[in-house]
Amino acid sequence: MEILVCIRRVPDTSENEIELNSAGNDIERDALVYSINEPDNYAVEEALQIVAKIGGSVTVATVGGEDDEEVLRREMAMGANHGVLIADEAFSGSDGRGIATILKAFVQKGHYDLILTGVQAEDGGAQIGGMLAAMLDYPFASLVNSIEVLEGQKLKISREIEGGNRELNEIDLPCVLSIQTGINEPRYVGMRGIRQVATVPIPTLSTTELGISANTVGESAAKVQRVDYFVPSPGNGAEILHGSREENIDKVLELVAAKGGLK
Amino acid sequence: MQLAAQLASFLVPGRALFFLIHLIGIACFSYIVAQRLVPLMRGERDFRFDQPWVRLGRVLKYWLGQWKQPRYRAAGTLHIFIFAGFLVLAIRAFSVLIVGVSPNFVPPGLSGRAGDVYGVITDYAATIVFLCMLIAVIRRLVFKPARYAVPAKYGKGHTADAIFLLSLIALLMLADSFFTAAKAAAQVRQGQPVEVLAALSLPWMIRNALVSTSLPTLGRMYFGAYFVHELTFYFLLCYRPFGIQFHVETSLFNIYFAKLDREILKPVRWGISDTQLDQVKSFGIKTFEDFTWKHMLDFYSCADCGRCSDQCPANAVGRPLSPRFITIKARDYSFAHYPVFGREKKGTALIGSIYSQDEIWSCTTCGACEQECPLLVEYIDKIVDLRRGMIDEGNVPQSLQKPLKALESRGNPYGKMEKKKADWASATEFQQTCRVKTLDHPNGAETLYFVDSITSFDDRMQSIGRATAKILSHVGENFGILGAAERDSGHEVRRFGEETLFMALRDHNVEAIKTSGVRRIVTADPHAYNALKHDYKDVPPVEHISQVIAREVESGKISFHPVENKNDVYTYHDPCYLGRHNQIYDEPRDVLDAIPGLKRVEMSRCRDRSFCCGGGGLMLFYEPKEEQRMGVKRVRMAAEAGASVIVTTCPFCMVNIEDAIKVAGMEGKMTVIDLTELVDRQVIRECPNAIEERAGEIKECVMASSHILK
Repeated sequence: MEILVCIRRVPDTSENEIELNSAGNDIERDALVYSINEPDNYAVEEALQIVAKIGGSVTVATVGGEDDEEVLRREMAMGANHGVLIADEAFSGSDGRGIATILKAFVQKGHYDLILTGVQAEDGGAQIGGMLAAMLDYPFASLVNSIEVLEGQKLKISREIEGGNRELNEIDLPCVLSIQTGINEPRYVGMRGIRQVATVPIPTLSTTELGISANTVGESAAKVQRVDYFVPSPGNGAEILHGSREENIDKVLELVAAKGGLK
Repeated sequence: MQLAAQLASFLVPGRALFFLIHLIGIACFSYIVAQRLVPLMRGERDFRFDQPWVRLGRVLKYWLGQWKQPRYRAAGTLHIFIFAGFLVLAIRAFSVLIVGVSPNFVPPGLSGRAGDVYGVITDYAATIVFLCMLIAVIRRLVFKPARYAVPAKYGKGHTADAIFLLSLIALLMLADSFFTAAKAAAQVRQGQPVEVLAALSLPWMIRNALVSTSLPTLGRMYFGAYFVHELTFYFLLCYRPFGIQFHVETSLFNIYFAKLDREILKPVRWGISDTQLDQVKSFGIKTFEDFTWKHMLDFYSCADCGRCSDQCPANAVGRPLSPRFITIKARDYSFAHYPVFGREKKGTALIGSIYSQDEIWSCTTCGACEQECPLLVEYIDKIVDLRRGMIDEGNVPQSLQKPLKALESRGNPYGKMEKKKADWASATEFQQTCRVKTLDHPNGAETLYFVDSITSFDDRMQSIGRATAKILSHVGENFGILGAAERDSGHEVRRFGEETLFMALRDHNVEAIKTSGVRRIVTADPHAYNALKHDYKDVPPVEHISQVIAREVESGKISFHPVENKNDVYTYHDPCYLGRHNQIYDEPRDVLDAIPGLKRVEMSRCRDRSFCCGGGGLMLFYEPKEEQRMGVKRVRMAAEAGASVIVTTCPFCMVNIEDAIKVAGMEGKMTVIDLTELVDRQVIRECPNAIEERAGEIKECVMASSHILK
């Protein structure tokens, strides 16, 4: 099975202290460390496991810039067979629809039986998978937490639904699935693995190779525009404790006890 | 002489038979040993041929001197007797074998008086070994020491095999004694000058029982005893390589080739430099043949005594790890895949077949097993090599992936930002008493205080950092820290098998240390200490803070107020990487004993038998399967010793013990304090540097403090 996984490089929320910049229109990006968007990592692991079982190959692709090559290499070190960087000046400022348009053009250049995305980007809106499926006229399932390959170009998938319940579906290939974390246990990739794929060439595709007209993507084509970034002010009933750890613990105990939570 | 020859002639009819048994026995043994050597030839390289004199010295100490045996009093004493008996009987065994073919053979130098003396010694030796066998069988059957038990998950018990072997040795001793006794009895009957037999020895008793037996019967007995002796001897020789008694043959070699510098971890591959590592296709141990030949020799040499697992903290708290079975399972694997008879079998990956991932991650590398093993079997290198293999395959628990990733991108397992590394030193209150320099240019200070991640970032452990800094400034040390330029020492990164990441951290730190131009390094973290001392190269000499304090107590720069609470009883917990791995046992104790009025007790497991509190570094992130926490067990040991305060010298011990006190519900009854915190609390600050000059003031100081106490 030929599988494409669309991945993305995001600021690592566990290793950064995210702050707004002084202009208030973005986060402070100096000294941030980036990593693979976590759900995407699960999607790649799932693709690798499917291929290990029934054969085929895994391609990882990302829309971004030179810096994003880092996550392609990391996923290639995990075992992805090919990495493709989709980069062009014209792409900058694209909204979700713009990114889906770019990916659609890329998908149509190849032959993929299955396209996976992470359930959402940590700095995104869980929109690409659905839009891409619609543009390609492929079936789509979101929040997928297990995949079983059936005979006759079909998959049996389960989806996480409200309350921890699961729903089982059959879906025709080719299709697009957005993968929920917890579907598997992604393998570890160390520096050594990344170093071993350091010299594998990664092709870069731009508007010309993909045959996209520049006015359908990028900032000018974006119909969703970011107007502000802000930290919501604490509402009524919210209290933020500013003491030392010990003081905060005492305070929390006191508060919980005051509300009758501790007896 | 003529009559002696007559006696010897009892054996003559069997000469051809005995000769045949010799040939078959020796041929079988040679064939079996050759087969056993096959996997060793397939194993990885291991450089163990250097420093022959040092190695011989260790053979004298650990093999001939049985150095580690008395650590287990009963079994050890028994073993020393058996071992000594075997050594004494070795010459006799060979001369007896020759007698079968050449009946008048006497070993050179052992005729006449010397022979008599040797004869008496062997009589007793045989008797002692025989008795030891009886005791050993009784221990196995009646007393059943817990450490010999084989938990169901590891297969069947080894008792039957052990007793079978013990009985064979007893039989060998008995046959040998009969052989001697029958000859002596015949001499008595014939009115010959009687061979001297040791009074009350086995041969002596048998001879006394046989004196009225007829000469032809004695002849048959003599022949029979010889026959049984020879058969038993060769059977044992050829049977030992199939089980636990192979150590009789291999122990000498195992100890000769044992690792000389235990602190230094095995490189990924012997003979491959760091820069060549990128060309190495596979890291660590994945299949049996990835073990080095010496590691395989370890498997053969294990005597199944169970001391390693008896001391292993992971085993004690029910983690799925027992060092004994790391060895036994590998030996069984080796015997099954490299059989003496039949074809070699193709192997599979070890993880998932004989070992489980959890088993290999369960080890804290505390070194208790290696400390105990009388045969110097190595474990830590094997565990680390197996982990290197798992890392290489991507088999890493999710709980460890995050901190490893953070170490890669941020240089610490918590994912904290580099610029916050020195925040512990900028607390306002602290800054008023002690200013800590950040060494961002050369020659900023004489001494580097290497803080390491946990002390830099953990709220609680920062107190250890501040206490250390205050002590260093109290003794007038010109010191500084690397601040944002300091990365994690990588100590656990390396021990968790992530060699490439470790090398990156190490190289970064070495560069930063060199740039700072310091002449020496001090740290309060034994893991950092061990890394800087043994894993890093080309860095200035490193000391643990307890060594600095002990020296300055001695020099008089540090003196203490008496302890305030006279009811507190202190005990010192040896961190594995300060104690067992670096033999720093006395300095922290000396410091404690220098504090006036401090009552100190020892836990039953202390010094080189210290019980690991749960492990440091990445082990804090790992979620082991266990019945209880090591720390809880340790805290209970402190309570048993009658202590109410545990003093330690390691921030990871602090985390584990502090948590354990809560888990064990012993808050209020037990506290834990780091040595630096204790010293910082007790040190007399107003007091002068040199006692001689201002002795009067010191006296005043002490008087004043004792007033406070009243």
